[in-house]
Amino acid sequence: MREELYQQTILEHNRSPRNFKKLEGATHVAEGYNPLCGDHLWIYMKVNAQGIIEELSFEGSGCAISKASASMMTMALKGKTIEEANLLFDEFHKLAIGELKPDQQPNHLGKLAVFSGIWQYPARVKCAVLSWHTMHGALEKTKIVSTE
Amino acid sequence: MTNYKIYMSTFNVQKLRQDFPNLNIQVHGKPLVYLDNAATTFKPRCVIDAVNAYYSTGVANVHRGVHYLSEQASAAFEYSRQVVRQFLHSSKVHEIIFTKGATESLNLIAQSYGKYFLKKGDEIIISHMEHHSNIVPWQMLCQQIGCVLKVIPINDQGEIIVEEYLKLLSDKTKLVSLVWVSNSLGTVNPVKAVIEAAHKRGAVVAIDAAQAVTHTPINVQELDCDFLVFSGHKVFGPTGVGVLYGKEKWLEVMPPYQGGGDMIKSVSFAGTTYNILPYKFEAGTPPIAEVIGLRSALEFFQTFSWESIKQHKQELLDYGTKVLLSINGVRIIGTAKEKTSIISFVVDGIHPHDLGTLVDQEGVAIRTGHHCTQPVMERFGIPATARASLAFYNTKEELDILVQAVKKAQAVFQK
Repeated sequence: MREELYQQTILEHNRSPRNFKKLEGATHVAEGYNPLCGDHLWIYMKVNAQGIIEELSFEGSGCAISKASASMMTMALKGKTIEEANLLFDEFHKLAIGELKPDQQPNHLGKLAVFSGIWQYPARVKCAVLSWHTMHGALEKTKIVSTE
Repeated sequence: MTNYKIYMSTFNVQKLRQDFPNLNIQVHGKPLVYLDNAATTFKPRCVIDAVNAYYSTGVANVHRGVHYLSEQASAAFEYSRQVVRQFLHSSKVHEIIFTKGATESLNLIAQSYGKYFLKKGDEIIISHMEHHSNIVPWQMLCQQIGCVLKVIPINDQGEIIVEEYLKLLSDKTKLVSLVWVSNSLGTVNPVKAVIEAAHKRGAVVAIDAAQAVTHTPINVQELDCDFLVFSGHKVFGPTGVGVLYGKEKWLEVMPPYQGGGDMIKSVSFAGTTYNILPYKFEAGTPPIAEVIGLRSALEFFQTFSWESIKQHKQELLDYGTKVLLSINGVRIIGTAKEKTSIISFVVDGIHPHDLGTLVDQEGVAIRTGHHCTQPVMERFGIPATARASLAFYNTKEELDILVQAVKKAQAVFQK
């Protein structure tokens, strides 16, 4: 029995995505694009001199999973350090591919655990991780990211 | 060998479905509703049995041995070629080349005919609705030799604008490559007229018949196309096998596509001579089991009259279009006057991928995405569509289930 994918939180974030705008004065920008399915995002971040992510936003179009994931990511990473962001990226990725069970292993995912069922939908995993890979790419200064 | 045809005067879909072993399986606890036939078709038992029989009773390589099994395999293989010849109504069996599929066939034409006959500045015409397999090989050829690619525009209904095609045709046009039936829009193109106009200008024409094979009978002599391609797995045959039909006069002079065994007469380091048609274009061990399976598929398919197939598919197209449009917020993409049973649609507020995942949970298999026709998506200003593509074993009841599944998806997004 597969876990329900379109939970209330995901639908809510798709309907009203948080921080859905361009960020003026962004220090890090990256484009994420999955040409095979059409998800296309830009991630903007403002990182200060102490390495803290002061603000994040995103723009673009895509499926509900990709949008909700991006929206929740911008909330989860605000105020985090780059190290914490990279740690969360790693945890989210493991969650998405089914290697991390949030209620069984220690993690910092919090509300992001709502994506815990996505590994049961392999074709949609790349939708969920696109914004995260793009964010990570922005920190690593990669120009265009794809999770195809 | 027996050579008979049985025409089913009345089309019994339920009886037909029994010939397809896994059409009635369950998916996520619901009966499967398979509406993704443009991607690939299900196989009747006779095709599965034919492939199994080759592997279980008489494995041998073809054209090489003098032993019994090799002779059997070769005979079966070449008989398949005859069946394909009959299916396409070609006059010469050596005009039938077996390939991996329509994509490889198109690449063969581009690399072999294209490189030999076209030169810098020559023009190739394709349409805006082509599948990537009928775009990229030409782009690659243009990069290699400096020829120019021209594109026939399509109107809002998803039809080629014939007047614009005629304007594009010039003395520089050397080749026109056109899809007969669009896999994403369902449009049926006026191929005969396109071929006539191209020939008047001295250009050759290649026809992509991948979706046309299950839509209409094909007579390459009547069409007078120079090349025609299709894939076995779209006409109830195995994957990994396809056909290139080419007029003898072109195939004779075209250089080989791939080098290796079978396509040669003699090999020495002083020089190598090539084999006669069709073998010149069939290097290496072919997909023997798949070719044998393709023969069974075509024989099976031809036991049904085209009249009954066309009538049933038209009914499915009409009914499917009607019931989908009855849903609030659904828009059909591809409304040509002449269409096959392929319906691309979008639903307000639901991305095609979310729709596909949700209807899948109801057992419904549709395809969502750009269907290897990114230029079409761009033309209609959408990232993707949901596509229901119906074969002659689909039913109106299945379309009703699709509609219920779409409405359920809408309910989820309205929560």
